[in-house]
Amino acid sequence: MRTDPEVRPTTEPRVLRYGLIAVAVAFLSLFVVMPLIAVFAQALEKGWSVYWAAITEPDALAAIRLTLVATGIAVPLNLVFGLAAAWAIARFQFRGKNVLITLIDLPFAVSPVIAGLIYVLIFGAQGWFGPWLDRHDFKIIFAVPGIVLATVFVTFPFVARELIPLMQAQGTEEEEAALVLGAGGWQIFRRVTLPNIKWSLLYGVILCAARAMGEFGAVSVVSGHIRGETNTMPLHVEILYNEYNFAAAFAVASLLALVALVTLGAKRLLERKVRQDYAEAAATVGLEG
Amino acid sequence: MPNQGFRRASILPGFWPTFGFSILYLSLIVLVPLSAVFLKTATSSWSHFWGAIASPGVVASYRLSFGASLAAAAVNAVFGLVVAWVLVRYRFPGKRLADALVDLPFALPTAVAGIALTSLYTENGWIGRWLAPFGIRVAFTRLGVFVALVFIGLPFVVRSVQPVLEDVDPQLEEAAASLGAGRWLTFVRVVFPILRPALLTGFAMAFARALGEYGSVIFISGNMPMRTEITPLLIVTRLEQYDYTGATAIALVMLVASFALLLTINLLEWRSRRYAEAA
Repeated sequence: MRTDPEVRPTTEPRVLRYGLIAVAVAFLSLFVVMPLIAVFAQALEKGWSVYWAAITEPDALAAIRLTLVATGIAVPLNLVFGLAAAWAIARFQFRGKNVLITLIDLPFAVSPVIAGLIYVLIFGAQGWFGPWLDRHDFKIIFAVPGIVLATVFVTFPFVARELIPLMQAQGTEEEEAALVLGAGGWQIFRRVTLPNIKWSLLYGVILCAARAMGEFGAVSVVSGHIRGETNTMPLHVEILYNEYNFAAAFAVASLLALVALVTLGAKRLLERKVRQDYAEAAATVGLEG
Repeated sequence: MPNQGFRRASILPGFWPTFGFSILYLSLIVLVPLSAVFLKTATSSWSHFWGAIASPGVVASYRLSFGASLAAAAVNAVFGLVVAWVLVRYRFPGKRLADALVDLPFALPTAVAGIALTSLYTENGWIGRWLAPFGIRVAFTRLGVFVALVFIGLPFVVRSVQPVLEDVDPQLEEAAASLGAGRWLTFVRVVFPILRPALLTGFAMAFARALGEYGSVIFISGNMPMRTEITPLLIVTRLEQYDYTGATAIALVMLVASFALLLTINLLEWRSRRYAEAA
């Protein structure tokens, strides 16, 4: 006979269960589902031809290109950093390690606006290197390099913070075994470490890329908003919106929303793989310990 | 091999190159640029600094930023706990979709969230038109700032409570039930104390994120001086007026607040880890 969950003493009465589910679903619908639907509904309000025109006009294409360039530079840089930092932190014992881990997370604690401000203070016209840059006719602020720098800053921790805990959980035994068997450092990394961390690495890269494409505040401060030149997609959305060109603003916004949905899907798939990696790491360390 | 107590000896190669590169990159991208805020402030006089951070408009923005962030984090603590509870404990159609959608505020660019929320809450928007007859205006008011900050902080409490709730030993609740405790008493005395550190961490993280938030707020707030201007917006306004000293002074106040929060979060996590290890 099946026991009715209602009479089990370790769950709630049915009314309360349904009530709580209703509250949770209503909360998520109000704050997550409705904004998402609103983006696509408003984007297509004036039909597909307006939508298509909005995302293929030259300024929109320039914004898409710049967004991809900034992402294409920021992600590989932070990927190399993430790997280096994870190797140093998870494979060696040294003093001040926890301070270093905290410092890596620092960009998450800083307002995006301040992330833009600090580069203005250094490279802006009145900044430390402003006059020098001016003399050499090289622009960082209100130009592409500033946008790249701001993007690198806000996406700084993503790869490192995925890799460090996994590599710490995995321990050093496999790499040490490879070393004893005669493998070189680079070979150990490629043949032993990389296959063990590939899912977490990909996970970190995807989160990093999604944030890089969507960053607004930091990029807004350093961009100067020059149409067709220093506008990323989120900035282009802002300009169109402030001109009351809502259909076009939401059309470009819907592309970013699609990227967000793809990110969520990829995240789901990868989370399972990452959890398996952690379970394997726990099992191996458990056997040896 | 030299071992001056800084590093424990290891046979693995590559410490100095990877450690050196990490420190160099961290310094160039994060530490040196951030220090500019402190150094720039140090060059201005105290009265100038005080004037920049304590003028009435700026103080009004602190009140709004801190107040709305606290309120949004509190709402997220309550509803985030309910969402986490429902996702871990119950089965219902669409549960996996709901679980995935919790992360949307992390993934959706803030500017997109900002214009979407604004369009929902204006007087003829899908939600705003139902509130207008009651005289409730959300878009271009402080309430709008609060709504945007609830959106942005939504995932934090859910994602910090969820794994802890999954790990709660069912035997604890069975024991409480067999000793005659009802569900409410079991929740208050047994389950909630286990969740409390994670709930606090999630709350603090949502609060910290809301404090610095810019993109999702500026569209729905309307940015009226003294009324709906958040502190990050004032930094941008000062920069646009080329008042770098003023922008930096306000930024310093915000940095100190976020570092204090970061420290609190780390302490909370450290305490909950110790709690978990002791259990």
